[in-house]
Amino acid sequence: MSMTHVKHESKWYPLEPEESVLDGLLRQGVAVPNSCRAGACQSCLMRATSGDVPDAARVGLKDTLRAQGYFLACVCKPVAGTRLEVSGADALRVAARIESVSPLSPSVLRVRLSTAAPLDYRAGQYVSLLREDGLARSYSLASLPREGLLELHVRRIPGGLMSGWLSEHARAGDAVSVQGPAGSCFYVPGRFEQPLLLAGTGTGLAPLYGIVRDALESGHTGPIWLFQGARTPEGLYLTDELRELARRHSGFHYRPSVLTGGSRDVAEGALDVLIRAECPRPAGFRAFLCGDSGLVLSLRKKLFLSGLSLKDLHADVFLPSTPRAEASGAR
Amino acid sequence: MSTAAQEKSVYEQMGGEPAMAAAVEVFYRKVLSDERISHFFEDVDMERQASKQKAFLTMVTGGPSSYSGKDMRAGHAHLVKRGLNDGHFDAVVEHLRSTLEELGVAAPLVARVLAIAGGARADVLNR
Ligand SMILES: Cc1cc2nc3c(=O)[nH]c(=O)nc-3n(C[C@H](O)[C@H](O)[C@H](O)COP(=O)(O)OP(=O)(O)OC[C@H]3O[C@@H](n4cnc5c(N)ncnc54)[C@H](O)[C@@H]3O)c2cc1C
Ligand code: FES
Repeated sequence: MSMTHVKHESKWYPLEPEESVLDGLLRQGVAVPNSCRAGACQSCLMRATSGDVPDAARVGLKDTLRAQGYFLACVCKPVAGTRLEVSGADALRVAARIESVSPLSPSVLRVRLSTAAPLDYRAGQYVSLLREDGLARSYSLASLPREGLLELHVRRIPGGLMSGWLSEHARAGDAVSVQGPAGSCFYVPGRFEQPLLLAGTGTGLAPLYGIVRDALESGHTGPIWLFQGARTPEGLYLTDELRELARRHSGFHYRPSVLTGGSRDVAEGALDVLIRAECPRPAGFRAFLCGDSGLVLSLRKKLFLSGLSLKDLHADVFLPSTPRAEASGAR
Repeated sequence: MSTAAQEKSVYEQMGGEPAMAAAVEVFYRKVLSDERISHFFEDVDMERQASKQKAFLTMVTGGPSSYSGKDMRAGHAHLVKRGLNDGHFDAVVEHLRSTLEELGVAAPLVARVLAIAGGARADVLNR
């Protein structure tokens, strides 16, 4: 069988059988931003200028990006013998600078960014944040487009490259760039009476915080339920702001919850049990789920089984980065 | 019955693509909640699972289908290795029957669909 070759910046690189474009380029020293390596975060976006990429490498991409030949390098395994010419996604990146980094809780940072040109996005979508050296991670937007500054909620991961840098070294004025937006977890005006169910753990709150405010500002009249989950009360954040929002909007129900250490104001128990108690018949709801994969995927399945239609289920899974054994290139 | 009506596929008589989209939700929900078979559908990518279910429903109702016997074999070989057998196949067919009945499909049409589904048994079970 003939070998596959990828051309990047006027040099050809051979791919091993079954190797992805991302792995092959990194192995041979080409710097390509990447994070999840599972087709979810869109950090590894590249553009094919000639040659064919399989459909699987374009799953989840917007039509406008597909039409321009963009694909996800981490899930792109070209048919054997393909000759593919590629370029990076620099054209899709917007220069940005860090405006502020401040704590929202002991474990969560609020990072505010300004962009050189306004970013066209819907509240709840996510972007890739790129450091100047090419380190890339995805973060959901907690801000609304009208607010100007982009707001991210970043959980501090012990030993985490991006979250560690943001919490210890990043300073106001630092240059970064932003790629995106991506993701379909956002509010679409219409069906204003439909009940909405939002649930997330940890920084899964970030997109939900944007979506809830977007829905309220768009004039949503149906009940809106927001379930925020954490292991302990210290894991919750923005509770005062959300309680205040609930005081101002009678249709908005805010339900913070923890696995241990509940109180008068904070429910204790598993998130899916609490959801079932408060929303026993969610058929006909529209749901938004964000955060760690285990919870999001199991909640999604439970909600589908209890009658939610797949088209009304919007979920973004925060897949962590997966390092390569022989890490090289951009990492 | 006129010949024209007879030539119409069940797919067309049910209402084509929109009807399939509605049917697949009901059908997939039944399949996922059945403990005898749900472990064969544990794929976390629900969208992809649902689109496979839809392709299956489209095929057995005589719609424009991308499935061939060869694809059915290849697509189920890994499940056969994990123990997929006649009992599981019967359970899926049963859910198909109750889905169609629930959606008000006329008995003769249900029978036609089940006959086509039954014809896929050898391919699905790789015999
Ligand atoms: C679509 C999408 C949206 C996202 N939105 C957000 C967001 O809004 N806020 C946010 O904080 N994060 C979000 N993430 C996760 C984020 O992209 C990074 O993975 C995370 O910030 C860790 O990056 P890091 O560089 O600090 O750690 P890394 O250097 O990447 O990781 C260090 C080690 O910790 C492990 N690790 C990383 N994350 C976790 C975790 N959550 N649990 C357990 N182990 C982990 C890694 O596998 C690695 O072994 C999102 C991810 C995706 C795909
Ligand atoms: S989508 Fe390719 S690395 Fe995340």
